[in-house]
Amino acid sequence: MTEVPKQASGPAGGRASTKRELPEHFKAYRHVWVVVECEHGVVHPVSFELLGEGRKLADKREVELAGVVLGSDPAAIAAAATACFEYGADRVYTVTDPALAHYRNEAYTKAVTDLVNSYKPEILLLGATAFGRDLAGSVATTLLTGLTADCTALAIDDEGSLAATRPTFGGSLLCTILTLNYRPQMATVRPRVLAMPVRRPGRHGQIIEHPLNLAESEIVTKILQFIADRDSNKAQLAYADIVVAGGLGLRSVENFERVKELAAVLGAEYGGSRPLVQKGWIAADRQIGQTGKTIRPKLYIAAGISGAIQHRVGVEGADLIVAINTDPNAQIFDFAHLGIVADAVTVLPALTVAFRKHLSVNRLAS
Amino acid sequence: MHIVVCMKQVPDSAQIRVHPVTNTIMRQGVPTIINPYDLFALEEAMRLRDQFGGEVTVLTMGPPMAEDSLRKALTFGADRAVLLTDRTFAGSDTLATSFALASALSKIGEVFGPPSLVFTGKQTIDGDTAQVGPGIAKRLALHQLTYVARIVALDPDAATITVERRAEGGIQVLSTRLPALITMLEGVNEIRRGTLESAYRAACAEIVIWNAAAAGIGDLGKCGLRGSPTIVKKVFAPSPRAEKVQQLPTADLPAEAVAESVIREIFKRQPAIEGDLVRFSAGQ
Repeated sequence: MTEVPKQASGPAGGRASTKRELPEHFKAYRHVWVVVECEHGVVHPVSFELLGEGRKLADKREVELAGVVLGSDPAAIAAAATACFEYGADRVYTVTDPALAHYRNEAYTKAVTDLVNSYKPEILLLGATAFGRDLAGSVATTLLTGLTADCTALAIDDEGSLAATRPTFGGSLLCTILTLNYRPQMATVRPRVLAMPVRRPGRHGQIIEHPLNLAESEIVTKILQFIADRDSNKAQLAYADIVVAGGLGLRSVENFERVKELAAVLGAEYGGSRPLVQKGWIAADRQIGQTGKTIRPKLYIAAGISGAIQHRVGVEGADLIVAINTDPNAQIFDFAHLGIVADAVTVLPALTVAFRKHLSVNRLAS
Repeated sequence: MHIVVCMKQVPDSAQIRVHPVTNTIMRQGVPTIINPYDLFALEEAMRLRDQFGGEVTVLTMGPPMAEDSLRKALTFGADRAVLLTDRTFAGSDTLATSFALASALSKIGEVFGPPSLVFTGKQTIDGDTAQVGPGIAKRLALHQLTYVARIVALDPDAATITVERRAEGGIQVLSTRLPALITMLEGVNEIRRGTLESAYRAACAEIVIWNAAAAGIGDLGKCGLRGSPTIVKKVFAPSPRAEKVQQLPTADLPAEAVAESVIREIFKRQPAIEGDLVRFSAGQ
């Protein structure tokens, strides 16, 4: 992934035009793969989101879609493979080995790079989670290929290449990145950026088993313990149906309480824009945007948030975006559905009261 | 014990502006800072040095002006600074960047002693990729520990380290051998204020400046644009949503009336939400 696109002065720079032909040894690379994140017997939803998008890319390329499932428990792997087929995969590559019981960079990097070298996919997708980001960088460096992190859109361009779009310049612009002359073309996508595909029960495919060829004694890093997060401490922002968030337009940490009050009445999660984390008004796990959480709620209420691109890409998947901002020219009105040009500090408590009233009336009626 | 901290000088993204008409980046006058995530790595490295003895070297790749960030790191208390700068590196993507930094780290090992630990921040605020750390680890066969929240134990003589790593859904407690590469999680410590002595030392310090050749890089084809498998096809500002925003009237209306109209419009557009809310409210 190109960090700061210094070379971005013109479309399709020198390399794009000079090295058009894919080197001969890469021409055998075909099919789209998703590395499935399966920890503690549970598949991370981002893997299904990637299979949904991977299906579209594979159809466009007229190739197959495959899932890669790694682990130690045959039953969990079989269940994950079934889920992969039902979410669109044609094949599933599995590696079953005690050394893969929990994620470790060495063992997982070996498993994935061996599979790639054996079966040669043209596109390799991973979730941009702690798992995927740790693994993708190692795999791409081992294979010496291109990797685009935290993509917000994937497409196949006119020449059949993976066109990966992501925010750049700290989220102030978007850029589209290609890996023209190397394979596989790798990309990571954050949870909730892509829509969850429809599951089709009974859909089947082919399972291909592959050995790890790495003994536990050869793996230096050991897992001593796993301390699971207590659910009560975790913000469930990414999968919330309703999210209320605040930005600097609230002016003070005291006023941020109005966001929490509205969220409480709606049974919603609350969050905020990046500057609020930097100011210490909210915890980092409540940050919404490119470098925080990506959300796809049914309803998103943004109070006093200007709507910079890095925020926009984190909320664009919401069904309904309601923006409250005093500035009628704020960028948030470029992508909100409903706009209220007013001071969020006054509108939020009025909304809280009105929702409460509305719901109590309805409750009596039902 | 020798510890190297890889840092990046980045534009202060909070101050980047996009030209409203041309949609181009207005870079002029944007100040540069040390990537904020790298400061957690630097502080953690200095704490280990203070506890176990040894030296902290800071390394950055960038234009000559990146020297400012290195001098700042010396002010905080780093012992030595190396600037890797060469036109050859321009346009590097993460693969080419990890190649150049790994080469410089090898050279640092030859000249100043091999590092037991290499630190980076968890990601940069301009690229946000989190890929360079793992890239360096892979190239130098360092044991990779990303998103480290706490160093639980370190034994330089036995060459072992135990850390708590932020994983999906919990904390992994990992033990591995040195040399290792650690990407430090944010918020786990606070960068110290430099002392008067360190500020004086930083002002007088000679920064080690290497070009590609001095860093021992022979194959320039692995550097910069030429060594980068990814290319940027285009940079653009997103267009407004096709459907224009519906602005609800607010002028001269009391907040209560505005709130009522907002709720009406929400329920009209997303009727399912009303039912969800009533059920939630009834369950309370």
